[in-house]
Amino acid sequence: MTTQPLETTVSPPRPPRRSPRFTLSRAGLWIFVGLACFLSLVPFYLMFVWASLPSSQIFTVPPHLWFGDALTSNFQKMMAATDNHALRQFWNSLYIAILSTVTTLFFCSLAGFAFAMYEFKGKRYLFGFILITMLIPPLVMDIPSFLVMNNFLHWIGTPRTLWVPGMANAFGIFLMRQYIFSALPKSLIEAARLDGATEFGIYTRVVLPLIRPILATLGIVTFVGSWNNFKGALIMRLSEDSTMTLPLSLRKITGGATNINADWGATLMMVVLTVLPLLIIFLLASRQVISGLTSGAVKD
Amino acid sequence: MQERVPLPTSPPRQRRRWSYNRFQQRAAPYLFTSPFFILFLIFGLFPLGFSLFLAFHLWNPLDGLGNWEYVGWDNFKLALGAPDQFWVSLKITVWIGLLSGVPQHLVALPLAFVINQALRRWQSGISTILFLPYITNAVAITIVFGMLFSENLGLLNYGLSLVGLGPVRWLALPELVPVSVATVVFWRYVGWNVILYLSGLQAISEDVYEAATVDGANNVQKFFYITLPLLRPMMFYAFTLTIVGNMQLFEEPFILLGQAGGSGGAALTSAMHIFNVAFRDLDMGYGSAMAWLLFLAIFILSMINNYLFSRGGGRS
Repeated sequence: MTTQPLETTVSPPRPPRRSPRFTLSRAGLWIFVGLACFLSLVPFYLMFVWASLPSSQIFTVPPHLWFGDALTSNFQKMMAATDNHALRQFWNSLYIAILSTVTTLFFCSLAGFAFAMYEFKGKRYLFGFILITMLIPPLVMDIPSFLVMNNFLHWIGTPRTLWVPGMANAFGIFLMRQYIFSALPKSLIEAARLDGATEFGIYTRVVLPLIRPILATLGIVTFVGSWNNFKGALIMRLSEDSTMTLPLSLRKITGGATNINADWGATLMMVVLTVLPLLIIFLLASRQVISGLTSGAVKD
Repeated sequence: MQERVPLPTSPPRQRRRWSYNRFQQRAAPYLFTSPFFILFLIFGLFPLGFSLFLAFHLWNPLDGLGNWEYVGWDNFKLALGAPDQFWVSLKITVWIGLLSGVPQHLVALPLAFVINQALRRWQSGISTILFLPYITNAVAITIVFGMLFSENLGLLNYGLSLVGLGPVRWLALPELVPVSVATVVFWRYVGWNVILYLSGLQAISEDVYEAATVDGANNVQKFFYITLPLLRPMMFYAFTLTIVGNMQLFEEPFILLGQAGGSGGAALTSAMHIFNVAFRDLDMGYGSAMAWLLFLAIFILSMINNYLFSRGGGRS
């Protein structure tokens, strides 16, 4: 390590910011951006308001646009509508999402580490192959994965169908490789090796602690993706009340978005139950997710 | 260089003794990358081959393995023949894709430009808000939109009634159904595109804009003569994602209008049609053939996109 001189005069003085005077065009910009933000948030606001209103007040003319006091009764209605399985279904979604996240982080970072820090025969071809698999649209996999689960493995109806196939995926490996390649110096690995660490020991004790930011990004993306996986659960027939994931159950108790006879208080309660974890997780780490997701986007 | 220092060697042997340390160093990269390849073999490559095989067969999975009937190109002919449901669904998919995709980029690009130019200080807050729709659950949010679109009691028609316009049948009129679906898709993905464009804009050096300011360029000129040309790689990437995503549209129409895609199947996208054929009617061969055709359609559209961008895409 070379010692660096103290950086006292390195950054040039910032150009003086033009004072944000009020101008007509500036007001126009704010209106444009403000409207976009407003429209982004309205559906969230409405779902929370509706979840707190008794069913009879959700659809009325003129509409109620402020919170009511029916939260607990809507919660009870939701439990009744799902034969007391709603929390179980919440847990199913959570359990699948957590397993999916943990395994994805482990296998993808391990492979990303190998592709970033090792030289080995066939490396370029193997990595190229992984990238090519990213071009397969998920839709083409729907039918054959169902058949593998149904006719070969007999896993249909089990949560395994949702988290096992994605444990090591091309996107995750790519993201990890890019990050490890640019953020970790090879000399670090060599130093650890000289100190007698095994390769796997280097991964757990040197690499893992240093790639926490990108683990957070991939972790959240994987969690959200798994939590939101509706089509997968539908195809893999997680259709018993006790094995359903939350989105599936949501569709069941609504009986279609146009069904006017549905119990809207119960439905909206479950909408909130489905969206709230996502909101919490995202708000905790939004910056990390946004910058991590777009960092690998086009730089090549 | 430390490793070049000659080490005191033991007297030469015929064969190096097998050492665990050397073995684990050699094998590590293969072991570390193998999970992907093992999983891909089981859940990727084999299924892909199987689905290609099935595309030429007639098979119901309940009949068990081996009980399939070879039908040659019949599945493909059926899908491509006289205006079959697959063609109709493909048209619907492309139409909804255009209705949601084009406005997405027309709004996202200027939005990102404005945020990047004038509202930098608020950028992270604004992008968090705009990104929220992208991470929400499609089923949950589509239900909320379904309530907004409701004919007699929905907020949207209530708003229209305030300005004296009659109720609009958002989820019933065949001409309007694609618009309603596209609205949900638009809402969910505008923010994602803004984020993509923002990160693209940040890669453009500030110097270029300063030079333009010195030369007296206004914001509009900067947008057309600097931003757009330098943003092309990101635009290509964002367009590709939109095309690939929109062509596989499933959840939004499925929840908003039901499994059949509403009355007359006005929002029956190809993904939904394939789902119905394969998982409701259990006609796996025909479903597989259509899935491959849809893959081909996505591929062709991506190539067209690629071609337009590599040719200068309208600006020289």
